[in-house]
Amino acid sequence: MKRRTLIAAAAALAMGGSAFAAGHEPLKVGFIYVGPIGDGGWTYEHDKGRLAVEAEFGDKVETVYQENVPEGADAERAMTQMALQGADLIFTTSFGYMDPTINVAAKFPDVKFEHATGYKRADNVSTYSARFYEGRAVQGIIAGHMTKTNKIGYIASFPIPEVIRGINSAYIHAKKVNPDVEFSIVWAFTWFDPAKEADAATALIEQGADVILQHTDSTAPQAAAESAGNVITFGQASDMSEYAPMPRVSSIIDDWAPYYIARTKAVMDGTWASVDTWDGIGAGMVGIGEISDAVPADVKAEAEALRDAIADGSYQPFTGPINKQDGSVWLAEGETADDGTLAGMDFYVEGLTGDIPQ
Amino acid sequence: MDLSAINWAVLVASLMVAATPILLAALGELVVEKAGVLNLGVEGMMILGAICGFAVAVETGSPLVGFFGAAAGGALLALVFAVLTQVLLSNQVATGLALTLFGLGISALLGQGYVGIKPPKTEKLDFGPLSDLPVVGTILFNHDYMIYFSLALVAAVWWFLRYSRGGLILRAVGENHEAAHALGYKVVVIRFAAIAFGGACAGLGGAYLSLVRVPQWTEGMTAGAGWIALAIVVFASWRAFGVLLGAYLFGGVTVLQLNLQAAGVAVPVEYLSMSPYLITILVLVIMSADRSRAALGAPASLGRSFHASN
Repeated sequence: MKRRTLIAAAAALAMGGSAFAAGHEPLKVGFIYVGPIGDGGWTYEHDKGRLAVEAEFGDKVETVYQENVPEGADAERAMTQMALQGADLIFTTSFGYMDPTINVAAKFPDVKFEHATGYKRADNVSTYSARFYEGRAVQGIIAGHMTKTNKIGYIASFPIPEVIRGINSAYIHAKKVNPDVEFSIVWAFTWFDPAKEADAATALIEQGADVILQHTDSTAPQAAAESAGNVITFGQASDMSEYAPMPRVSSIIDDWAPYYIARTKAVMDGTWASVDTWDGIGAGMVGIGEISDAVPADVKAEAEALRDAIADGSYQPFTGPINKQDGSVWLAEGETADDGTLAGMDFYVEGLTGDIPQ
Repeated sequence: MDLSAINWAVLVASLMVAATPILLAALGELVVEKAGVLNLGVEGMMILGAICGFAVAVETGSPLVGFFGAAAGGALLALVFAVLTQVLLSNQVATGLALTLFGLGISALLGQGYVGIKPPKTEKLDFGPLSDLPVVGTILFNHDYMIYFSLALVAAVWWFLRYSRGGLILRAVGENHEAAHALGYKVVVIRFAAIAFGGACAGLGGAYLSLVRVPQWTEGMTAGAGWIALAIVVFASWRAFGVLLGAYLFGGVTVLQLNLQAAGVAVPVEYLSMSPYLITILVLVIMSADRSRAALGAPASLGRSFHASN
């Protein structure tokens, strides 16, 4: 405890020192990544945001990052190290960093933390996330129309609300255009393991799925779908356009750059405060990648119309009537889901089979 | 429970693909450990092999040349380990761990220009009508050459260690390097060869990931396969066919659990997810517990440094 106090005091001193020298010292912005920056998906897009911060502020900022940080105890070590090295603002970019971020933030009250996709905040911890489920709705429409076997494979990562929202959103919209559609869900229990992701895609394809949706970070499922032939996929987190026009027919693109720039600016101006940001297609945090020519024009038009309706706020992907998996009513006719329920979503909607791992 | 959706012949074929990278890496490590050297850098050599094989295959357009490149890359990195531990007598455990970190780093550097590129396709061997046989054709006669190569290598390593003079010398070095030295065998030279062979095998395993199983280059794509290979060598009590069983069991249960999930089997996913580790360890432990000679499998000089003046 004594040592911890000492570290905190030393850090506070260092922070005070750097604030004193403001105008000379560049603002140090740190990033903690769950995968390698070359994953072509999730971490790749966060790193693009980091580079955008550098491009925007030039020598007024210094960015540091650490890749492949496991979710759990080791994350605390990485964050502590970054804070001790004088980072003023630290973005922790995976759900599993939630508790470590809160713990480390308590030790460094003068360092600002930003945790992606979580829900725990503190005076110096903000949360931010994107409404990926809006993009999943667009994918669901395309998937429902495009499947010939009526079997859609879904590679899920961890049973957390963000992933479950995506499954529900995709299923509701696929079912809307194709009542016969069925979802096979495989839980990979990893964000990034190309070999396992490829195996999961192969298993789904061998069992008849001709559309693969993924909520894992690498492009391996795209490669598996390509070698299988008549299977379509969607880019996840990043455009993955190297697999267009087939198998990748569209994508969800995360655009973190404007948010990272705004938050860095806020620290510079001294206006930073703990907030909860959750933006979607409308605000540009979620982008829908070019829908390729493999998709028929009418389906493409329908998907784009849905995208635009979500963007201008006239349509909410979770609009009733929607029942839960057990048949109980979740949303009545015309009712839309509130953010609180969505943020903690831990149930499947009616029609999905199987259980969510606990 | 609806198991009819699973095509079991296709499943067996997939498990062979899933198991081959681990099998190759574990076979190499088996020979290294039999020579009395503990190289914990398997993961690093695998990932370096993955990028070397990928880069060479892309540049030459030939996956076969790529596999040679991967073997060379893995062996080269292994030789760094050999120089450090056999000539400079550094600690094998620490050096092996450093090798893994180094391999992950340098492969990310080498791979900068190869993200998002598709490698040339590794063709399946054509056995004519045999490939069209139901079930048997799918399982046995519908693979690329690396699968057959890895199986042949299992037999070759088994025969070499058990029956050949060279294997006897290698095992002598691993059991008691002072005695082997006293008999006039060149301990360091033999260990260099074993380490290079281990590196080449790990490199091939890595290249099988990046050229066939995934197939693409992504940083950190081995994602711990090298550590599984290391564990399998120990649990297989340093026997070649034990390694084959361990690798196929691990690959098999991995593929099977994904298929069971896809088929919607009502077993909690948590159990399915841990099953590859659990079942592989259980089976291999039970097998090695059965034999009184199992303890003899571990080379007595494993991990000990050798210097002729000792």
